[in-house]
Amino acid sequence: MKSLNRREALVFSAVTGGLLLMTPTGAFANAGDAMKTMEEFTGGKPVGDSKLIALEMPEIAENGNTVPLAISVESPMTPDSYVKRVIIISEGNPRPEVATFNFSPLSGVAEASTRMRLAKTQNVIAIAELSDGSLHMAKRQVKVTIGGCGG
Amino acid sequence: MISRREFMQAVTAASVIYGGDAAWTQLAAQQKMSQSDLLSFKPYGNVTIAHLTDIHAQIKPIWFREPSINLGVGEAEGKPPHVTGEDFLKLYDLKAGSPEAYALSSEAFVALANQYGRMGGIDRIATVLKHIRSERPGNTLFLDGGDTWHGSYTALQTKGADMVEVMNLLKPDAMTGHWEFTLGAARVKELADALPFPFLGANIFDNEWEEPAFEPFKMFERGGVQIAVIGQAFPYTPIANPRWMIPNWSFGIREDEIKKQVKIVREAGAQLVILLSHNGFDVDRKMARQVEGIDVILSGHTHDALPKPLKVGKTLIVATGSNGKFISRLDLDVRNGAVQGYSYRLIPIFSDVIEADAEMAATVDKVRAPYEKELARVVGRTDSLLYRRGNFNGTIDDLICQALIEERDAEISLSPGFRWGPSLLPGQEITVEDMHNVCAMTYPAVYRNKMTGKFLKEILEDVADNLFNPDPYYQQGGDMVRVGGMGYTIDHKKPIGQRISNMTYLKDGTPIDPAREYVVAGWASINEATEGPAIWDVIEAHLKQNSPVRVSPNDAVKVI
Repeated sequence: MKSLNRREALVFSAVTGGLLLMTPTGAFANAGDAMKTMEEFTGGKPVGDSKLIALEMPEIAENGNTVPLAISVESPMTPDSYVKRVIIISEGNPRPEVATFNFSPLSGVAEASTRMRLAKTQNVIAIAELSDGSLHMAKRQVKVTIGGCGG
Repeated sequence: MISRREFMQAVTAASVIYGGDAAWTQLAAQQKMSQSDLLSFKPYGNVTIAHLTDIHAQIKPIWFREPSINLGVGEAEGKPPHVTGEDFLKLYDLKAGSPEAYALSSEAFVALANQYGRMGGIDRIATVLKHIRSERPGNTLFLDGGDTWHGSYTALQTKGADMVEVMNLLKPDAMTGHWEFTLGAARVKELADALPFPFLGANIFDNEWEEPAFEPFKMFERGGVQIAVIGQAFPYTPIANPRWMIPNWSFGIREDEIKKQVKIVREAGAQLVILLSHNGFDVDRKMARQVEGIDVILSGHTHDALPKPLKVGKTLIVATGSNGKFISRLDLDVRNGAVQGYSYRLIPIFSDVIEADAEMAATVDKVRAPYEKELARVVGRTDSLLYRRGNFNGTIDDLICQALIEERDAEISLSPGFRWGPSLLPGQEITVEDMHNVCAMTYPAVYRNKMTGKFLKEILEDVADNLFNPDPYYQQGGDMVRVGGMGYTIDHKKPIGQRISNMTYLKDGTPIDPAREYVVAGWASINEATEGPAIWDVIEAHLKQNSPVRVSPNDAVKVI
């Protein structure tokens, strides 16, 4: 085990970076911007939490720069009944729209996964629009923390 | 931090039970307890589970003061394990001054420690396990909850090899982990692959392809019962500890994954499902409610020692404490695919009462032999009780924080709120071993850096939310970060950003200025390439100038 002996001040940049990320400035989106993006997607129709859509994300991000995200929507995915598109919205990033996934009956299943960057602790929202026009929402809070101090 | 009032109460209580004379009471205490009493257990049912967790490489008997403050939030408020001191004794109907009170609470710790002696010792644990196995051959499953390969000078020097050697002699059937991962991914793989039993981690995945990195579960047959043991490593290892040491592994609570594994093992014929968990107690309590089909959660990480299992729905949660102070025995009657009943005992390892197993004692001597001289080297002495465990600054952390300020010429110091680290009694010499027991780790560099008052507030708020978030799934760390040179007030029930107030620069009593930069020293940074001397060198240099030390209770941190 090599111990470091240089007695000079360390560079604390990584932690500082983490905290800067956590401190939003005027350039960041707020819940209002997210709401606007949501309304553009839903056309102003009401949308509620739904068991049909699952948004999988960690409770606390291991690395805020690349947070895994997976969505799945229960649907037979037939021409009569399928998932048209799913939007991912961030409440705390500079741009609220993270991604939109488009599906068709040929997709077979309505599942997708990607990674996103998280500027700070915030809610991430997924909304699915089905072929019958119905809207289904799932929301997850993901925390971004300095870390350390581990038990 | 034993107050004079507490001390007087202890003396009074002890004298009622054992008479006044110190030497005599010690003898009486030992006569009162016998090994057969401690091990006595009426065998019940067809399966016996033995559980050890969070030994933190303490293979020799130690003092360990349980917390006097352990605040619960949300649904955990006021419930075990967030009950301490007299309230704990009342809740579990334990007599003040009794062996149980000494082992399980902080009440009158110094007085009772002198009476009842050190606890733990892996050679004593070996005796208990051999006894259980001889009483229940073919029925016993022994499980290690992790935080096993870390926490001592020898574990650090041997990169966990000493612990692997002694634990293999105990023949665990499976283990999971947390601090193990601070040995780095390559070393963990090397040690885990060579174990004669599985290292389980259903929540550890390769972070590139999201493929399982460890076996999620193992099936056993004991007493004619099909048993599945699912392993859950500490979910926030890459956040609470350096991620750069395990860059390709992702953890997380992954409740859906545990649901999936329970389904798989049930379909494979498991009649008893055990979660070998390093979640921490509050997370386990939530998981017990959220995930159907777990019969027993063997809880680790938060070091709680509870005399009785807690029942959540149909799930029993067992909390076995830490540092080798206890081993749990849970006898279960499993019939028709369900637990029909149970019998439990949290067996306290009183090292003066339980005989050492000769084979294990010899192995302990062997693994320590190359280091014995350095381990025993005296670096100082303490005139007051030194301990760490508790939500806020313990006296040993105050000593470390003072060393950081003085040796690194800092204005403020930060020290992590670890739950591990045994206690030292007033009058005790401090050896290299004692010192390493509270700071041995693979990222020991002491940094020195400028931070603004605003930044310090953000750190305190962030750490406090990791401890006091009302949803346990969002709790990440250990106890509250310890601070030197600065006082503050905390209202733990408030949301993030509003818990910390009254931050005060203790040197001149002025409020911490958000705009001013303060020179801050700290250790155990999770950032790669942190530079500075090792924490143990800083402590030793401080002791050289300041021994014997006397640390008075910290009154600069106030809880609303």
